[in-house]
Parts: sequence; structure tokens; C-alpha cells
Amino acid sequence: MTASAPSAISQPEIGRPRTRKEDARLITGRSRYTDSITPQATLHMYVVRSPLAHATVKGVDKSAAERSPGVVGVYTAADLGVEAIGLPCAWPITPDMKSPQRPLLANTTVHFAGEGVAVVLARSAAAARDAADLVEVDYDLLEPVLDMEAALADGATLVHPELGTNENATWVFDSAAAGTGGDVAEAIAAAEADPDSVVVRRRFLQQRLIPAFMEPRSCLADPSGEQLTVYAATQVPHILRTMTTVTLGVPESKIRVIAPDVGGGFGGKIGVLPEEMLCVTLAQKLGKPVKWTETRSESLLAAHHGRDQIQDITITAKRDGTITGLDVRLLADMGAYLGLVGPGVPILGAFMFNAIYKIPALKFTCTNVFTTKTLTDAYRGAGRPEATFAIERMMDELAVELGREPMELRQQNWITHEEFPFTTVAGLTYDSGDYEQATSQAMATFDYEGLRREQAERRERGDRVQLGIGISTFTEMCGLAPSRVLGSLDYGAGGWEAASIRMLATGKVEVITGASAHGQGHETAFSQIVADHLGVPFEDVEVLHGDTQISPKGLDTYGSRSLVVGGVAIVKAADKVIAKARKIAAHLMEASEDDIEFEAGRFSVRGTDQGRTIQDIAFAAFMAHDYPEGMEPSLDSDCVYDPTNFSYPHGTHLAAMEVDTDTGRVELRRYVCVDDVGTVINPLIVEGQVHGGLAQGIAQALYEEATYDEQGTLVTGTFVDYTLPSAADLPSFDSAIVSTPATSNPLGVKGVGEAGTIASTPAIVNGVIDAVRHLGVTNVEMPCTPQRVWRAIQAAAGKATQETPTDTHSPGAGLGSIDPNNPQGEAL
Amino acid sequence: MTQVRVTVDGVEYVDDVEPRLLLVQYLRERLGKTGTVIGCDTSNCGACTVHLNGRSVKSCSVLAVQADGCEVATIEGLAREGELHPMQRAFNDNHALQCGYCTPGMIMQAIDLLGDNPDPSEHEVRHGLEGNLCRCTGYQNIVRAVLDAAGKMKPGAGAVPDDAAGIASGASVSGGGE
Repeated sequence: MTASAPSAISQPEIGRPRTRKEDARLITGRSRYTDSITPQATLHMYVVRSPLAHATVKGVDKSAAERSPGVVGVYTAADLGVEAIGLPCAWPITPDMKSPQRPLLANTTVHFAGEGVAVVLARSAAAARDAADLVEVDYDLLEPVLDMEAALADGATLVHPELGTNENATWVFDSAAAGTGGDVAEAIAAAEADPDSVVVRRRFLQQRLIPAFMEPRSCLADPSGEQLTVYAATQVPHILRTMTTVTLGVPESKIRVIAPDVGGGFGGKIGVLPEEMLCVTLAQKLGKPVKWTETRSESLLAAHHGRDQIQDITITAKRDGTITGLDVRLLADMGAYLGLVGPGVPILGAFMFNAIYKIPALKFTCTNVFTTKTLTDAYRGAGRPEATFAIERMMDELAVELGREPMELRQQNWITHEEFPFTTVAGLTYDSGDYEQATSQAMATFDYEGLRREQAERRERGDRVQLGIGISTFTEMCGLAPSRVLGSLDYGAGGWEAASIRMLATGKVEVITGASAHGQGHETAFSQIVADHLGVPFEDVEVLHGDTQISPKGLDTYGSRSLVVGGVAIVKAADKVIAKARKIAAHLMEASEDDIEFEAGRFSVRGTDQGRTIQDIAFAAFMAHDYPEGMEPSLDSDCVYDPTNFSYPHGTHLAAMEVDTDTGRVELRRYVCVDDVGTVINPLIVEGQVHGGLAQGIAQALYEEATYDEQGTLVTGTFVDYTLPSAADLPSFDSAIVSTPATSNPLGVKGVGEAGTIASTPAIVNGVIDAVRHLGVTNVEMPCTPQRVWRAIQAAAGKATQETPTDTHSPGAGLGSIDPNNPQGEAL
Repeated sequence: MTQVRVTVDGVEYVDDVEPRLLLVQYLRERLGKTGTVIGCDTSNCGACTVHLNGRSVKSCSVLAVQADGCEVATIEGLAREGELHPMQRAFNDNHALQCGYCTPGMIMQAIDLLGDNPDPSEHEVRHGLEGNLCRCTGYQNIVRAVLDAAGKMKPGAGAVPDDAAGIASGASVSGGGE
């Protein structure tokens, strides 16, 4: 391995557009998703769910179901003795946060439509489902609680009467109190008193979304053997193991959790589920494997939702464009219960409202509210898309108020590249970035000036189809998270990640990571990192993950953390392997350790042609016939890495939106984005993450909304009604990457998983409004359906449209796009 | 119970099935063909797409008894003697999958699409895949993969294994499951 040493010398693996290792099994059907695993004698569980949002359970008649063919048992919470058990919430955001019990199955009251009341266990999934239809539940209807503002009013029906309020918690960040900036109340008072300042107030609505991963959730609990093995379609096998112990009391050492192939998550598989706990409970009770796989309709109904905020934003600025203060007041819908990190999701946005701008005073006040809807928790971006939407919409509103060009106004207020590292009004230190670079490249690719000219011409001509230009210059905080910061936010875990590297006798390398992939391409990207660091062929690296027996330590995958935290842990473990190998190499070559150089997988003695490959050293360590005194005969190394800072990817996204002013129909004509994600390990994977993220963010802007009717029933309970975009609904995006490496980690990486989703929603909506602003339109609620756009145009023209009842269209009711006069939401 | 005789990926099976059993359940639960997956219950997502007598069908919308006497091709039967189908290769080459859950259906539908239209435009590919949902990729690389495969599968391009060409063009259109 001397002359023809690894190709890594001429072509580093990092930065190479490697096609993915994991594809081979997935394109041939050799996949292993949880529902595809069925040990002998598996029993199948089906959940009997409440069709009502809020009701007292008066009785459950199981007799007919129990007689149904193939049924092994029908169980309520009382039958299983689990009435007192509650699922954990790991993020008590305030000391006095109100936290209701989240039962495995409803005890006496159901709190949302879709909540489990009983389970049927049968020899086949079909038999279980048949029998579930025979379970008779007697309900007494209670008043649903659907509107957040109404829920907080005096005399409101309480979701959980024992809490005495529908308010879960109120969390405040005040830059004056924190010492990181000025006082917002003073900034507003000063601006109101000053004729040379403006105060702009807006209300934005973040509609309720559904993560809608393609693989429905599934769990198999197998009690055979000494450890109980739980297979789960989860993003968080390690957290699931710990939380199973916390919830059910099964010793952690007696549980093995395996996340096999997992078909997407987007935050939606971060939870600890009642169904998972029921599978474990039933498997233990019956001594047989128990499997549950949800239908898509169940998934839309009962898997956690995301977003759902009312945002009241006030921004103050001088007439010259300088921003002087930002006040943020949120109501965030928790739904009926608290998810694993649900209450903290809006708080993750608290630090991002100031975004890339130098805002001297910030106050953030968020009140979380209980309603009788499906609970909300993390969905791609988790708090940060909401924040980015609000500030980027406000920048456009401020520009209009001041009569300024919106990009120019942003430029006036953003942190310039010379100012990094920059500590923001939220107290975060942005380590690196170059907003000018990303923006100028995006504007050039987009032909910003040309499109502005076309827009002016079309306005002047009064064209039926008008052009709008949407801007989003975003940043985000990634790489969750420094454990001390999480501690200061009362989060119930750390933010470290673990890695191990095993050098096998034959020179192959096993890399064990605590990050748990579900589509991100860890196996490929981590192989590239290790191939470069150890100087071994890419093909010789095997990445193992998603099984607590193989990877005993980890905090899993969410918050764009896998590469930024997990990848760095791998680098540090590799450094330890090299340090051990160096000692053995020095010993074998009878040289001083100080004279050993390591490059491209080879240890050599400085100034000689003597050398040993890392594979030679691995074999020598395995043989252990000759190694230094005081050392163990092994190169294997572990690392637990706790990051010191977040990372801050950023980018400039531009959307050319065409709006038919007669019909309200919106078309995305062109989308250009330039993202700075730091060092790129694999440009192919980065591009894929950006594309997929854009599609989800655009879907929030234009297509998706979880809607409840006035009884609290989810109206969008199938893929017919909850409209994920198809290939025909989206254009090809023009995405590019620039790179200012992060200075906070040795790889220089920043994370890319959530960027597209965070950035794209405001770009689209700003573009839609920009297209019709000259007609007097100042806002269009999301999703910007033809109906909504058309109504906004009519309203701006002073024309009446049919009234829509406030009870289905109020913000807390999921914004209700279902108009009883026009249930299909068609353009009128 | 009704008896069905079905050839799946070149192997003939004779089984007694419940009349209500869906083809996708038969494939997964009886034959162990778990490469074909289920993503919804309203035939919107297309994850379960297979070929029935050479044409794509959503196997959640076909009863197993309707496949009696038919040839079924799944994602598991596409590669021949270790040689990937050009569409499989194109999906890998173009990073057209992330979590992989929609991929079997997407590949089977894409092959059917090229059977109808061997030289589609981007617009035609997007509309031809409209019945298959993907949540990860934003579709851009899927579209790119299908166009790439179309180029490689053109007559004379030499990328099509003999048998796979038969799958793409459809040996017969009789006995379909609609």
C-alpha cells in the first residue's frame, strides 16, 4: 500500500458525491421495515379509537369482539392495570408547567378524536381489525375545546379539569432581563412617540400540519429470550429504551430496541407512543410477540401533528430602516396532551425570531394551550420554521411600510460577514456565515433585477396573471445541542452523541453511531468521513446503528444533529484509533512515537521509507504478539462528544410566484436557493436534503393543513384530504451550496436536514402576497389555496364574498379551510 | 377460501385465500414478498405498486383472487442474476431515494411509464408519477432518475437486460385487476 496508496490521496472522500451505500437494499426490496418483521406466533394489536373529541367513557362492551374468530383478548386500561401509567414529557419548560397524565388508553375521559379506548389482540391483523369494529363504547359527549383564544378565556370548558386551566405554561425570554439586549416595551414606546420611527403589528397563523412520513408507525415487542426486544419505526431507539423503563418500570438492561429500516420521520417519529407501551405490556403479559402497525388514517388522526401557532408580532424601526425592537407573542396549541418534547417546540423558535438581523431588543412570550385535538410535537424545523416565517414576513411588511426594496432592507439590518462571530440579542453566538455571498449568488442566478422589471411591466399592463417575488434570508440553529444549554432550558436530557470505531482483524472498519438514520444517508456520509480520517477505502467501512445492543449509547436523530454532533463524535473516536495505532506502529518499527507520521492510512518513520498501514497495525493488535508495555492490544475507541455551540446554517431563498387574479390560482414558476451549510461531506446527499426540505416547506405555504370540524373531528384524515404535494405539483428547484465552514466543530459542518423547510415557507408566501400587494392584499393565510387568494383579492377590492362561519375558520380550529359553502375548497 | 394460481417474480404459487385478501397482503403475508410495502389505505400513495400482467397496479386496490392466472412482478424480481434493472440503477445513480419507503412503488410505476412513453419530457414524468407520493426527495431526483433511465433504455442503448425489457413493455394486458 505504498506506491498505489489509497485513492483518498488524490481524491478525498469528504466532498465527493458518492451514491449511497444504503440504496442497494432499498431499490431491490431487501428492506427491513418493522411491519415486515413477523416472528412465529406473533399476535396483532388493533386500537379501538374514540370517534369523539371530548367525551366520558361510560362503558366498554367487549363481549362480541371477544367471540370474534382469532381474537385472543380485548383489553381496556383497567384490564391491563395500566390506568395510573402516564407517558413522559421530557421538557417541563417552566417549574409550574401544567402536565396532565397521558394514559396508554383513555381511562374515564377521551380528550381527542383518535384516542385509544381499548385494544384487540388477535392471530392476524385482519382479525384484530374485524373484532375492533365489534367493541361497543358508550360515550357521554362533552364540549370540545378547539379555539386557543377561547380556551384561555374565563369560563372556558377545560380539557383537563384537574389542572384548573387550559394554559399549559407561559415561557418568556426578555433580552433586557437576560442582559443580551434592550427593553422591547421601551423600544415600542419610543417608536410610537417618534415621528421618524414606525411600529408595524401583524398577526400570522401557523396552520396545523401532519408530518406524514411514508412508512406508517409500527412496533413489534418480542418477549422471547432474556431481553425484551422492541422493533419500532422510530427516530429515537435509545430514547425509546430509556423511556420504556421510565414509563413501565421494565429495567433498561432488560430492553433492547431496534430501529430497523425506518421510512422517514421528520420529527414525527420522535415520540414515545402509547401503542409501543401497549405492545410491550401485552407481550409481557402473554409471553408472545405482539405487533402493531397503524393504518394511514390512524396515522393522520393519532400520530403527533406539528406547528399550530397564532403569532402576534410587533416590529419597530427608524424611518431610515434600522430595526429597533421585536416583540413576539405566541399561542401554541399543544393538543390534548404533552408529547415527549411538545411544550419546548415553540421555545426552540424563541432564539430564531431575530434571525440574521441585528435587532437590539427582543421579547418572546409564548403561552402553550391545551385543546381537544391531537397533540403537537416536533415537525421538521420544530419552532424554527415558525420563527423564520414570522420574521421574514415582517421584513416584507416593514419594507412596504417604509417604502423600501425588501432585499435592501434586509441587507441594511443583517450581520455582515466581517462581524462574525456575532452574539445576538437572543444570546446565541453565531460562529460563521456570509449572508452577502449567498444572497448575491442567489440574486444573480434568479435574475432578481430582470424579474423585478417583468413584475413592474405586468403590473403596469394589468395582466390577469401577476408576478410576485418572495424572499427568505434565513438562518437556523442546528446540532442539538450543548448539554449545558439544554440544562438551562430544563430539557430532560443532554445533547451529546456517542461513537465507537472497531478495527477488525482483517482491516475492515466498523463504525458504531448513536445517531439513528431514517433516510438521511448516515451509512454513506459517515463512511466518507472515516475513510478520510483513517485512510481506509470507503467500501471497507461499515456503519452500524439503530440497535441498542450494537450501539448501546446514543441520543438519536432529530434537530439536524446527526452530522454536526454524531459525525464529530466519529472524528474524535477516529483520532483515538490513530493515537493508539501510532504507539503500536512506533513499537513495531522501533522508532520514537514523535517520529511517526500518519498520512492516507500509513504510519511511516520520518525520514525513512519504513511504513505500516493502519490495516497492518490492526492485524498486529489483533495478534497481540508484540505490542508496547502498558497498552491494551486494541485500536478500538469510543467517544462521547458534547458540542460546545449550536451551528448556524443560513441561506437566501427566492421564489417567483405567479398568481391568476381571476381565479386565485398560484403557480411556483421558479425557485432559487443558495444555502451555506458549512463543509459538505456529500453534495449529492446535501442536495437531496435541500430538495426534500423545500417540498415540505412549500407544502405548508400552498397545500397542507390539518383541519378539524366544529365537533373536533379531523376532517383531513386520509391522503385524499391531507394533500401532500405530488411530483406534478412541484417544479425542479435551482439549489446551490456555498460554504463558510463552522468554526465550532472540527469538520466545519453545520447541518442541512431542516434548512429547506425552514426557509421556503416565507419565500413562497411573501411571493404570493407580492404578486397581489398592488391590489391591496396585505395577507393571505396558509395554505395559500386558490380560494384564500381569491377571497383576499375580493376583500381588498371591497367586494363581498360569502361569509364563512367563524367556528370552523378560527385560528385555533386549525384555520379551517373547509368552507361549508365550498367544501372542496375549489376556486369560485 | 378460494384457490388462486399466481406467478410472482417467475415462481408459480397455488394458494387458498380469503376472497377479501388484498394482493398486497397476499404478497407480503403469504409469500414473504415484503419488498412491496403499504403506505396508505386509500390507494393514494402508490407505495405498493407492482406489475400485473405487465402493467402497474396499486396492489392495495387489487384482490388476490383477481390475480388468479396472472403474472405479478414486484421490486424483488427486477434484478436478474445480480444485474440491476436500469431503473434501479438510475435511482441509485441519481440519489432518487432517501428513506426508501416509496421506492419500490416508484420504480415499478416509472418502468410502466416508460413502457407507455419511452421518451418522456420532465412534465410527462411528473404527471406519470402523480399517483406515487414521496415525502423525502421533493421528487426532483426521482424525475432525473426516470429521465436518465429513459435515455439508457432507448433501443440500442444496451442497458436493458432481456427479461426486464419484457416487464417494461408488458407481455400481455389481459386479466388486469381494475
